Amino acid sequence: MKNNVILRLFDICAEFDDELILNKINLRIYDKSFVTLLGPSGCGKTTTLRIIGGFEKPTSGKLFFNSLDITDLPPYKRKVNTVFQKYALFPHLNVFENIAFGLKIRKFSKKEIERNVAAMLELVNLKGFEKRGIERLSGGQQQRVAIARALVNRPKVLLLDEPLGALDLKLRKEMQTELKNIQQQLEITFVYVTHDQEEALTMSDVVVVMNNGQIQQIGSPIDIYNEPQNAFVADFIGESNIINGIMYKDYMVGFLGHDFICVDKGFACNEEVDVVIRPEDVKLLEAGNGRLEGVVESIIFKGVHYEMKVDSAGYSWTVHSTLPKNVGSLVGIDIDPNDIHIMKKMEI
Amino acid sequence: MKKLRMLSLPYISWVCMFTVVPLLIVIFFAITTPSGKFTILNISNVGRYFSVIVKSILLASIATFISLIIAYPFSYIISRIGGRTGKIAMMIVMLPMWMNFLLRTYAWMTILEKNGLLNKLLVYLNFSPVNIINTKIAVVIGMIYNYLPFMVLPLVSVMKKIEPSVIEAAQDLGSSGFSIFTKIIIPLTMPGVVSGVTMVFVPAVSTFIISRMLGGGGNLLIGDLIDMQFLGNSYNPHLGAAISLVLMVLILLCMSVMNQFECEDMEGKLV
Ligand SMILES: Nc1ncnc2c1ncn2[C@@H]1O[C@H](COP(=O)(O)OP(=O)(O)OP(=O)(O)O)[C@@H](O)[C@H]1O
Ligand SMILES: [Mg+2]
Repeated sequence: MKNNVILRLFDICAEFDDELILNKINLRIYDKSFVTLLGPSGCGKTTTLRIIGGFEKPTSGKLFFNSLDITDLPPYKRKVNTVFQKYALFPHLNVFENIAFGLKIRKFSKKEIERNVAAMLELVNLKGFEKRGIERLSGGQQQRVAIARALVNRPKVLLLDEPLGALDLKLRKEMQTELKNIQQQLEITFVYVTHDQEEALTMSDVVVVMNNGQIQQIGSPIDIYNEPQNAFVADFIGESNIINGIMYKDYMVGFLGHDFICVDKGFACNEEVDVVIRPEDVKLLEAGNGRLEGVVESIIFKGVHYEMKVDSAGYSWTVHSTLPKNVGSLVGIDIDPNDIHIMKKMEI
Repeated sequence: MKKLRMLSLPYISWVCMFTVVPLLIVIFFAITTPSGKFTILNISNVGRYFSVIVKSILLASIATFISLIIAYPFSYIISRIGGRTGKIAMMIVMLPMWMNFLLRTYAWMTILEKNGLLNKLLVYLNFSPVNIINTKIAVVIGMIYNYLPFMVLPLVSVMKKIEPSVIEAAQDLGSSGFSIFTKIIIPLTMPGVVSGVTMVFVPAVSTFIISRMLGGGGNLLIGDLIDMQFLGNSYNPHLGAAISLVLMVLILLCMSVMNQFECEDMEGKLV
């Protein structure tokens, strides 16, 4: 089922003012896949995308397109189109002219241009807006013009830089589905940048988690969520409780003054580790049950579940549960061995 | 809304006192005889100076056009430099403006004179000297030198507003060099071109100092003509007012033609 590699980033490094912004990025992007670059603000997502688009030169490393070296190819020669972070629509052109821009440059006939633009307007639900000026469109409509303007060129790869950043939650959800449909319908490779982990998990085939200019983990959304490779990924993808622990031996970890059975092995004897536990995996029991004991400090209703803070021996647990507990009440805490994730301490 | 209107009161009265009232006086003078009777003779007499008017418009147009050609690439470079260097470059453009207008024009007299700096340089370099002073060329040079900053300023300000990402988007869609210039930069800078052209053309077409100092006696422009009716030996304020009025109408016409360009551009944007 795997397609061939359409884009390959090989040891890409980037510097601004002698500061290392991207540190040896290695990434294979498969044809027709939906790849998301996910990471906190300033981690280098836009820079990575700009290098793929050709707007920034890497200080070292190579970029391959269908195994051809395109590191030095100018942007207008790349078979890649971009949806920019702030849309960058042409303010002096109307909706039709904006979308037609790329086709006009490539000397399509008038008829073909009209047909293609009409098809795009249909696809992004903007029929009837042809003659509108850009500044008379809402944020979401501008967004869709930006997408149509890029897509109409039938790029092999579409780069999208936080395209839904400016939209409200409802429109965002709608556009997420719409984009995913478009991607599957047109069979285009999407490289999508976001700092919203939920967006990344729901839309992508592959998620690339970045931090400080380095790739932390590459994997399917399920892998990334269930098997984070380090505490950063665990914390960034959904909240996590991250506790200092000591790995006594295989399948045995100690934290918060207790020993727990776990399913991880392969650490040095008595190695210091990060113990990562998802909020929904923390079991709250009647007082007296469970290996740990805590006091409920706060509770917030979050829609589907309650989020509680539970203090236990100085550590404040984040707990998600559908069963509320009273603030101030004493509770027992326990965790299944399967839900205890042991991670190597990050070297910083 | 009401408060706003109150606030604008001082300005409105200022405009009335120093713009509307003088304008009415000019119109009054233009259509009356010295004894205060109505006449259209003054205005019809302006026709006698048709050739002067044409020459003024021609020279001002040439100066405006050359200013645009010089200022456009220059402004583009300044707008892209930005930061400290950009500010310094802008300062250098504005520097001559801090000197007195007459002084600046005198300086050009000494440069262009028969035995002026330019000819001395040419002779020194073994070229034959040129005769520029007291010609139309000298007048055009003076206009360009004096009014160039008025072209640069609006151009730089519109060019600074062009987002780099818009240019990148054009590259992304397959444009390179020349087509980015014609398809993106020129249309986006049109408003600056229009205001720059207006700001250079209007003072250039009505100047009298430049033409007198650099053009000698043989290159009278409308401005000189008006000046002579008030301060010169052919004292006739009624004719002067009539010429001013005609000049004003001409300028308004030119401006509305220019604005037409801008409007068309806007229409492409809005409809
Ligand atoms: N032109 C530039 N000059 C200097 N530093 C830059 C430049 N562009 C980006 N940087 C720096 O590079 C780092 C990464 O920037 P980048 O725009 O790639 O982040 P990002 O992951 O896209 O963040 P965000 O989610 O906020 O958009 C930041 O620390 C930023 O300050
Ligand atoms: Mg970014």
